[in-house]
Amino acid sequence: MTAEERSAELAIETRGLTKTFGHQVAVNGIDLAVPRGAVFGFLGPNGSGKTTTIRMLLGLAAATSGQARVLGRDMPRSLREVLPLVGALIEGPAFYPFLSGAANLHRLDTADRDAPSRTRAARVHLALERVGLTQAAGKKVRAYSLGMKQRLGIANALLAPRELLVLDEPTNGLDPQGTREVRALVRLLAAGGTTVFVSSHLLGEVEQMCTHAAVMSAGRLVAQGTLDELRRSGTSRVQVRTPDAEAARRVLAGLGLAAEDAGRPAAADAADGLVTAVLAVHPGGPDLAGGPVYAAGLQESLASGRAPKPEEIVCALVAAGVRVRGFAVLGSSLEDRFVALTGEGFDVAQ
Amino acid sequence: MLPSDPSLPNDSNPPRDRPATAGWARAGWPLLASELQMLFGRRRTWAMLLVLAAVPVLIAVVVRLSSGPGTPGRGPAFLDRVTQNGLFVGVTGLVVSIPLFLPLTISVVAGDTIAGEGSLGTLRYLLVAPAGRVRLLLVKYAAALAFCIAATLAVAVPGAVVGVLLFPVGPVTLLSGDTIGVGASVLRLLLVAAYVMVSLVGLAAVGLFISTLTDVPVGAMAATIVLTVVSAVLDALPQVTWLHPWLFSHYWFDFADLLRQPVSWSSFGANAWLQAGYIAVFGALAYGRFASKDVLS
Repeated sequence: MTAEERSAELAIETRGLTKTFGHQVAVNGIDLAVPRGAVFGFLGPNGSGKTTTIRMLLGLAAATSGQARVLGRDMPRSLREVLPLVGALIEGPAFYPFLSGAANLHRLDTADRDAPSRTRAARVHLALERVGLTQAAGKKVRAYSLGMKQRLGIANALLAPRELLVLDEPTNGLDPQGTREVRALVRLLAAGGTTVFVSSHLLGEVEQMCTHAAVMSAGRLVAQGTLDELRRSGTSRVQVRTPDAEAARRVLAGLGLAAEDAGRPAAADAADGLVTAVLAVHPGGPDLAGGPVYAAGLQESLASGRAPKPEEIVCALVAAGVRVRGFAVLGSSLEDRFVALTGEGFDVAQ
Repeated sequence: MLPSDPSLPNDSNPPRDRPATAGWARAGWPLLASELQMLFGRRRTWAMLLVLAAVPVLIAVVVRLSSGPGTPGRGPAFLDRVTQNGLFVGVTGLVVSIPLFLPLTISVVAGDTIAGEGSLGTLRYLLVAPAGRVRLLLVKYAAALAFCIAATLAVAVPGAVVGVLLFPVGPVTLLSGDTIGVGASVLRLLLVAAYVMVSLVGLAAVGLFISTLTDVPVGAMAATIVLTVVSAVLDALPQVTWLHPWLFSHYWFDFADLLRQPVSWSSFGANAWLQAGYIAVFGALAYGRFASKDVLS
């Protein structure tokens, strides 16, 4: 595949995209690749540069260096052609408080020079219906709750048929019911062929609706790939449940696996112990966090034979007389990966 | 391309990458219509217009209630003409309003143009619609101009109406000593109103530029008002006479020339050129600032 063909298949592509504010580097040379048709989760803690990246992609802020292509065209040069095809919710909804919900959508739609005036009323009505705001359409936005404003913001992104939706924290302020509705809406739109780029600091949200994800940390892109690839990367472990912990540890050591901790299963037979050992560390871990990581092909390290296969471990344990009462291969959860990549705690990354 | 949504009317999903909309939509007329609708649909705008309308009404009522027409040469210019021809209440209202009330309201509207959208956050949504930065700037300035017209008429029209109700409408003596009839005095009132409108467009351009500098609309409004005051103060200082012809408020009070017989157009022309210069300079500055501005609000 040539580079051009690859570009045509990407809804968003950036190369070394960088934004500095004074001495502070908000976005540091990121190489995003969002395939067309994907529901792409853009993960990262608050302050990691997600919104700044979105602002650069949409031509609101100029990049300090690097390039961005959206729907196969250079931004911000092709802004006029690209943006009518892009629906966006950026850093929360913003509306005229003194206008009604419907009047706000009318107003913002007149700003789109490609939006046909004669279908405006119908499109506004449909967009409000899709987010469940028909009842509140005539109410002043001043009287809207945060969740209603959020819905109206999503309705604004849906005013015209879009090829790409950029939704920055779309479920912010929504109740669980609203969150489910947004997820369903995103799935529906994606099924219609729209690429959806969702930023979030909530891993669970991304896990539930995305096919792809990228992780930002302190302005850098530290991981990127399909959700499965991200799940597979990281550390996998074997866990043996046995009363013969010592023997199990010896067998694992003999296979080249370092047993790391022994514990007891929470509510099981007191005689049983748990032995865990690192089975394999896949590329894409935090040790490689210096640059963007494409998680593709990570399965190979498992198949390459460097680590023993799980069935071989069980065989060896049984052959050594270890009473195996439980055996599991534990992949790291996406949450472990997220925490490993972005760090834990409430400190806003600088 | 999205498959067309069955619940939409058939013609609402034109292929979006060819110009499916009429030329007038692409030129931004719907956005201007929406801008005007929003400006004149706001309570704030009507409050300002009402205050402006109250100025000549107050003058007329006070003059009517007081015993005499007042001494010529004292009080606001043309005040003594009011009792001859009620239409002159409109002119007197403009004289009283132009140093403060009119610039104040223009500053509020012009200062709010970009900064107001910035503070609400709607600026980012207008720009990604995409409104186009130059087009948005032009639409905002056009709306500010519309307010200049509305503000002037808000003084002149209620003034004339109240004047006609409270005072006789007869021939009036002009500054040159000539007397003109009622029809001619209506024309003179409109000429003075046009002069005042033109006087304000430079200030609106200054306000537009300041508005691109900040996301705090009150700051932009205040800065514009302060500049008006500074301009008026400098215009009163004889030490900087060389600067006077360049101050945007320099010709603001020179519409008396329009109340002579024959009409002297020199100050109208000089004022129009000066205001056009302010539009060019501050329009260019606003463009230079706004076209490359990072919208982070």
